[in-house]
Amino acid sequence: MKFEAVIGLEVHAELSTASKIFCACATKYGAEANTQTCPVCLGLPGTLPVLNEKAVEYCIRAGLALNCRIADFSKLDRKNYFYPDLPKAYQISQYDLPLCRDGFLTLASGKRIGITRIHIEEDAGKLMHSPEGEGFSLVDYNRAGVPLIEIVTAPDLATPEEAVEFLEKLRRILIYLGISDCKMEEGSLRCDANISLKPAGAETLGTKTELKNINSFKALGRALAYEIERQAELLAEGKTVKQETRKWEEAKQRTLSLRSKEDTQDYRYFPDPDLVPVELDQAYVAAIAASLPELPEAKKRRLIEEYKLPEYDADLLTGSRHLADFFEAVLKDYCNPKAASNFIMGELFRLMGEEGLAPEALALNPAHLADILRRIDQGELSVSQGKKVFEKAFRTGASPAEIIAAEGLRQISDEASLRTVVTQVLAAHPQSVNDYLNGKTKVAQFLTGQVMRETKGQANPQLIKELLEEELAKLRP
Amino acid sequence: MELCDLTLHEIKDLFAQKEVLPSLVMASVVKRIEEVEEKLGAYLALDLEAAMAAARAADERIKAGRALGPLDGIPVAIKDNLCQAGRESTCASRILQGFVPPYTATAVQKLLEQGALVPGRTNMDEFAMGSSTENSAFKPAKNPWDPERVPGGSSGGSAAAVAAGEAIAALGSDTGGSIRQPAAFCGVTGLKPTYGLVSRYGLVAFASSFDQIGPLAKDAEDCALMLAAIAGYDPLDSTSVRNGQVDYPKELEREVAGRTIGLPREYFGEGLDPEVRRLIMAAVAHLEELGVRVVELSLKLTEYALPVYYLISSAEASSNLARYDGIRYGRAAAGREDLAAYYTRTRAEGFGPEVKRRIMLGTYALSAGYYEAYYQKAQQVRTLICREFEEAFRVVDAIVTPTSPTLPFRLGERLADPLAMYLSDVCTVPVNIAGLPAVSVPCGFAQGLPVGMQIIGRPFAEATILNLAHQYQKVTVHHRARPYGRRRGEQNEV
Repeated sequence: MKFEAVIGLEVHAELSTASKIFCACATKYGAEANTQTCPVCLGLPGTLPVLNEKAVEYCIRAGLALNCRIADFSKLDRKNYFYPDLPKAYQISQYDLPLCRDGFLTLASGKRIGITRIHIEEDAGKLMHSPEGEGFSLVDYNRAGVPLIEIVTAPDLATPEEAVEFLEKLRRILIYLGISDCKMEEGSLRCDANISLKPAGAETLGTKTELKNINSFKALGRALAYEIERQAELLAEGKTVKQETRKWEEAKQRTLSLRSKEDTQDYRYFPDPDLVPVELDQAYVAAIAASLPELPEAKKRRLIEEYKLPEYDADLLTGSRHLADFFEAVLKDYCNPKAASNFIMGELFRLMGEEGLAPEALALNPAHLADILRRIDQGELSVSQGKKVFEKAFRTGASPAEIIAAEGLRQISDEASLRTVVTQVLAAHPQSVNDYLNGKTKVAQFLTGQVMRETKGQANPQLIKELLEEELAKLRP
Repeated sequence: MELCDLTLHEIKDLFAQKEVLPSLVMASVVKRIEEVEEKLGAYLALDLEAAMAAARAADERIKAGRALGPLDGIPVAIKDNLCQAGRESTCASRILQGFVPPYTATAVQKLLEQGALVPGRTNMDEFAMGSSTENSAFKPAKNPWDPERVPGGSSGGSAAAVAAGEAIAALGSDTGGSIRQPAAFCGVTGLKPTYGLVSRYGLVAFASSFDQIGPLAKDAEDCALMLAAIAGYDPLDSTSVRNGQVDYPKELEREVAGRTIGLPREYFGEGLDPEVRRLIMAAVAHLEELGVRVVELSLKLTEYALPVYYLISSAEASSNLARYDGIRYGRAAAGREDLAAYYTRTRAEGFGPEVKRRIMLGTYALSAGYYEAYYQKAQQVRTLICREFEEAFRVVDAIVTPTSPTLPFRLGERLADPLAMYLSDVCTVPVNIAGLPAVSVPCGFAQGLPVGMQIIGRPFAEATILNLAHQYQKVTVHHRARPYGRRRGEQNEV
């Protein structure tokens, strides 16, 4: 029998607010354990949470970017469970009235993936377990109270590829919005997946499993593929799929049962009486909507239309808002978009790769790149010279003019002086001239090299070629 | 009469006239504590040396005519569920033994900033759950009028301390009557402010949507002075309210003639001690003499108040008290072999029976399959009770009821019967359900035991109810009776 997969994702993104969601503690990643804590996020008796308005605003930004309806009345609820990383023994989250609901994100195929809801909640601390047998665990509460949004999709995804594409697009959007840095390796973007199989074309859904511990895009694709195969085998053998939570084991590339549905906790959600409901007026939401940046998909379409870029270029350039902004800034002083795009995708990407530099950290002045590209077009610099100047500018921040002056890098395009050099070279290499005139046109390369040598590599290669041909023609008997 | 038996405003006036200094008052309080504390158990922890040192500092300010305010140099006792930096704050629970908070409750901080002296932290029912202070994990407090009887609860220690002159005033907390009922039992004046008027920051939560900090003092004027000191918006408490500052002491002097009070039938029915009833009606007659119009009214939902209260407050408590696991602070059980077993042992050893009962009740009320029938239903009825009060307050300016349907009962009398104990709160609980302000005012003695009248007001109408209480106290003497230190012939007649 042929099966179809039904996949839904639950994505958690840490919001990049300066302070935590219910207290003034900093949220910096990687600080020394328990240095970013206070009585409130440690849940000490008598302390009270006060909602960080930025967290609400960021969640609404995400909601608007994902075409959600924004609630005019929302509230925060307590999710009760015992665990040492949860200092109050309840997580403040949102239960039945999330800030955003009923949105969608469109895949490249044009398929819409429904966003069921987006809500805000607080993160828990981090447990660090002692080596096997030593029998203790340490808790770092720096992360406790860091704001999260949880994005829940409808079960609209049909393949692991769609799931990965969705997550990549989502990540790109959240980064564009400036509300999360979405680093899966640091845990600021986390993804759980629900997956079930049903016979092709069937209406009723099969029994689902929930996959946890997915720590990369690759892992998401592989975990889903593995799970589809596992479930399909069970069903093909006439067995049933058990509703359970399974853990993706990266090392063994498999999913493993973590807990079954029977062990599901009753979280006893109820409205948190320490917090007042969130009431949003339309003007507030409209102001946030007006402040949204251009989103990746729109930006990509615009780059294609406005600059006639191939889709491939536009996709790469809009991979990061910073990169796209950089590209457009270059075009303020330079009018060949494709040449700029080529240079960025070639030279800039190469250098950024070498330095391990994220687009956000790019400090290069776009006017400098425009300057270099212009000089190349005008023949003032050869392409290889241009690349050399660019690398210097990239590494030192110096302007092209400064670099050219310091290195004496100037392309000789003055016809008269270059012609003198060419005639001198021809005079000095009569054998080569002979060869050329006898049809061995390959020696033109050698002669060009000689001219370059004489001019310390600064001669305009195109001009050399033309002058050589002219002068050699004159020597033809 | 000793200095410690004077009211806050009397002492403040003596300070202003430089007839008395704070250290003298503090010495009088210390002397009284030495005389009666062993018998009463009003305090869980005393801090007399620090209070005396603070008194001497206050002396200098008073002498220089630079008092920080009306509370400067006044000994004020603090209930043990209000966090005080550097002082063990246990809520009378074993599970919080050794917990020393690094922060001070906003209300306490305000008192300290205005020069109040803190002789110690008062006894209470564990986590404020109870109506007799017998649920203290450490010792019961006793009623100064009759040490065989309970002082009420949960702020029994604060009420006993003020009545006995072990403090001039005190802070308590009121979740279902925990300020007013002990105030009534001990013959002092106790005010539960409107929910949101006083910041809850630093008050160890019992039931967050009911809890409110308020004063216990010797009369309405003292309560007004205390309230003025602690009320106000606090950015650390989202449920605290931005409200225009009211001059509570000044409002006391308004005429009350022309005001209308309502007597809700349901509060005067079955279960009301006839002597309590007689004294309340006598007090109402006094108010009528002052020109107050009295009408009868009906609050039909009153019978649902206790179940609504015990469902919601226990639900909130079950969540609020979940954090006590002995991992980060407080008392932990021995042994670490298994997390779940460790949680269980720590909480089994750390909580008393009443606290466990409420946690179980609340957990049940919130559980899947029961939430709609219990917690949610109770919330819906809560809304209806609020509306019923709103309706009543269209007709009346205040509602007058007994504070407690009975006289202070004997120690141990109701311990075995939780439901009988819960009935002590039947008149006070509806006020917390609706978040209203209410004051308990001494209105006489029966069998030598004090009786309290409750005056309930509209939201944020503390000035109105304190005004009524004060005008009543101007023409009566019940609030001037003291269990100790009175001279012959000073005992007041009813």
